[in-house]
Amino acid sequence: MSVLVDHFDVFASGLWLTFQLCLLSAIGALILGTVAAVMRISPIPPLRWVGTAYVTVFRNCPLTIVWFFAAFGLPALGSNADFLRIPGLTSVFSRLGVDIPYFRFAIVALSVYTGAFVCEAIRSGINAVPTGQAEAARAIGLTFTQNLRHVVLPQAWKAAIVPLGSVIIAMIKNSALAGFFGLVGELSNSGVNLTSALGEPIIPVFIGVSIGFLIMTVPLGLLLDHLERRRAVAR
Amino acid sequence: MKDQQTVLYDAPGPRARRVTLIVSVIVVLAVVAGAYFLVYRPLDEQGQFSMDLWGPLIDPDNEVFSQVWARLRDGFVATLTAAALAIVSSLIFGTALAVLRIQLKALNKRKFSGLAAPAAIALRTLSWFLSIVSRFFVEIFRGLPVVITIFFVASALPELGVDLGDILWYLVIGLTLYNMVVIGEILRSGMEGLPGGQREAAEAMGLSSFQTTRMILLPQAFRIMLPALISQLVVVLKDTSLGFIISYEEVLRVSGQIIQALPEPNPIQVYAVVGAIYILVNYALSKLAEYVQRRLARGRKTAALPAEQPPAALAAEIEPAAKV
Amino acid sequence: MRITRMTAIAAAAVLTLGVAACGGDDDSGDAGSTDTGSKTFEAGTTMERLNKAQKIVIGTKFDQPGFGLKGLDGKPAGFDVEIGKIVADELGIPEDKIEYIETPSAVREEKIEKGEADIVVATYTINDKRKERIDFAGPYYVAGQNILVKADDTSITGPDSFKAGDKKVCSVQGSTPAANIEQYLANKGSQLVLFDVYTKCIDALNSGQVNAVTTDNVILLGFIARNEGKFKLAGENFTEEPYGIGLKKGDTAFRTFINDTLEKAYSDGRYEGAWKDTAGKFDDQVPTGPAVNRY
Repeated sequence: MSVLVDHFDVFASGLWLTFQLCLLSAIGALILGTVAAVMRISPIPPLRWVGTAYVTVFRNCPLTIVWFFAAFGLPALGSNADFLRIPGLTSVFSRLGVDIPYFRFAIVALSVYTGAFVCEAIRSGINAVPTGQAEAARAIGLTFTQNLRHVVLPQAWKAAIVPLGSVIIAMIKNSALAGFFGLVGELSNSGVNLTSALGEPIIPVFIGVSIGFLIMTVPLGLLLDHLERRRAVAR
Repeated sequence: MKDQQTVLYDAPGPRARRVTLIVSVIVVLAVVAGAYFLVYRPLDEQGQFSMDLWGPLIDPDNEVFSQVWARLRDGFVATLTAAALAIVSSLIFGTALAVLRIQLKALNKRKFSGLAAPAAIALRTLSWFLSIVSRFFVEIFRGLPVVITIFFVASALPELGVDLGDILWYLVIGLTLYNMVVIGEILRSGMEGLPGGQREAAEAMGLSSFQTTRMILLPQAFRIMLPALISQLVVVLKDTSLGFIISYEEVLRVSGQIIQALPEPNPIQVYAVVGAIYILVNYALSKLAEYVQRRLARGRKTAALPAEQPPAALAAEIEPAAKV
Repeated sequence: MRITRMTAIAAAAVLTLGVAACGGDDDSGDAGSTDTGSKTFEAGTTMERLNKAQKIVIGTKFDQPGFGLKGLDGKPAGFDVEIGKIVADELGIPEDKIEYIETPSAVREEKIEKGEADIVVATYTINDKRKERIDFAGPYYVAGQNILVKADDTSITGPDSFKAGDKKVCSVQGSTPAANIEQYLANKGSQLVLFDVYTKCIDALNSGQVNAVTTDNVILLGFIARNEGKFKLAGENFTEEPYGIGLKKGDTAFRTFINDTLEKAYSDGRYEGAWKDTAGKFDDQVPTGPAVNRY
């Protein structure tokens, strides 16, 4: 077990990088998912089609393939995902600004993939809003956007928070794939590096990596259980 | 969903319909233009549409066409084998886990007052200990990335002297550990969400706690949860692709080998084809899940049962079932 | 222009397939394998056991072009595979009785220790750490780590070019070359990219995400050959990687036998033939068989 102590810095910096990746991807996924959800319920048919196509494709495609297209398809389109070099953010998240684009590709892959599930979670939340609410809003003359903004979405968010939480937990776990697509120094990649390049024993290293992920996923899961129970009682 | 869509806005009048039409045309044009300038043009400039790259995949007259597809077929067979084994074992162990947790919960409530004090304390400690262990097991494997679980199983088991020979089994175990926990929780919350009268009636008939679970609760939970269970199948099928990490020759790894063996490597083309097949199969599976869900809902209505929402506790459990 | 390119590709395809499909037939036509079963070995040795069983399990790589790559026909092909065939042939085992299993870098020692593979020929660098768990026959080839860059790149001349901190390099996860190059980097986070296979590195070099790819020279030569005129090596090899044949620790008789086999193959042309059919397509300079190390 001494490897956990000897290489504590490796685990700690791996956890930090994974955390940054998850935070940024979660934001991206929430934005994409909300946009897609609004598109799917909008009155414009082509917008609905685009939203539906997006969800269908990314929910049914293995993340590995999605990630491949983020890491090799984007360069083929001539993009290094430079649109993610957002001025204020690059100073906080240093990896966002480096020349090697695989951190940005990882954010693209995780956001786009998770966004499809976020969309479904929000849609389930919208479905949970009693139809009377939307009808009443319409009756007092609110337009579609006003209806969504002031009446439906605020309530939908509340109902969607638990499913959304599960989606984010799944995303944190999915981030473990980043190491296989060029991102150096993330938690699982650090583990692989310790065992296969430095010859450290496998079991302690993986216990370390597991602890790193559990630190992020288990508290979030317990929080969700708690929220869910409170909601159940409130009903 | 359908009614929700229509309640959000009024039936469009002539003006709104005109606006909708105009916006629709603009959206279609924007999508087409975006696809052309941002995707088609750059790809075409690099010759990504050349037959040198696509031929082995789509041209039956190509010399290597049949070889490429024979290997892809082997890859898909390997993928389906692993997925089938994983889903079956996840179902078996997941059910066992759900029953165990339900039983332990019932056991924890009992005081064993008929037994001598030391025996009662021992039994209560044991059941308390077991429920802690099973809870721990669930939290760990639900919280770990499947990649890590698979990798860990494949490298730690041999280290501990457990040798399974074929890599397939490590993948199946890794996938099972995660999915049995998810399925177990789906079934457990399904059983706990059933009306309390079910259990009470069964107990009034003199069924034991285990019999109640087996004969009354579990069958109903399975029925309610069938759509969620089918969605879980999609998850397993997608997760099988993680087998490439431990060099199991499923379809993605085979694709990698094909790409390297072709005189003109064509990763984008191969992955596009494999991805499309994945999407088709999984789309069909999720449609099946929706169909089953509709039929179940209809069945319940005709039986004049209250058309109840899935139990509140479920919402969270269905969601993890719907993704990796 | 277009037509010549197409023809060249078609020709290359036919050639590759031809080699993959007939490579075996050529060899079994050799005099060597006609005396199958007529060989006798001292009782109790591994050679006798394998010869009697008429079966050998060879561990090799399935994703290493030129050395061990699973072809479109599902059979591995490459220099390592040919070396394995020579050993099997000397044991009196025909080619169709060889079973190949995949031995990625991380599991090679394990597969040998457990007896799942009788020998492992898998771009397997001989070093002392590995010798603690298994024994090596050979070396049969000495590779060296080098750096691949775009043909018009003059800014990278060797590993020292990475010390400035602005050049990005790609290699494979958990590999020795990745560990070797790390010590030349000023900042790992902004200079190093790792994938699971080298082809992904080549894609990244092609589209400009990295400036260089580093691994053993023969693998890089393979990519130079496949992408005519696009890439070049940035300088001399900066490490020495003697490839050996892994076998069970302590089996000295078997090790001696394989070493004898290698020496025999050096002198009777089979070694050269194996090279020319496989990795020699990238590197026409036929290596002289390195002196085996009978430690």
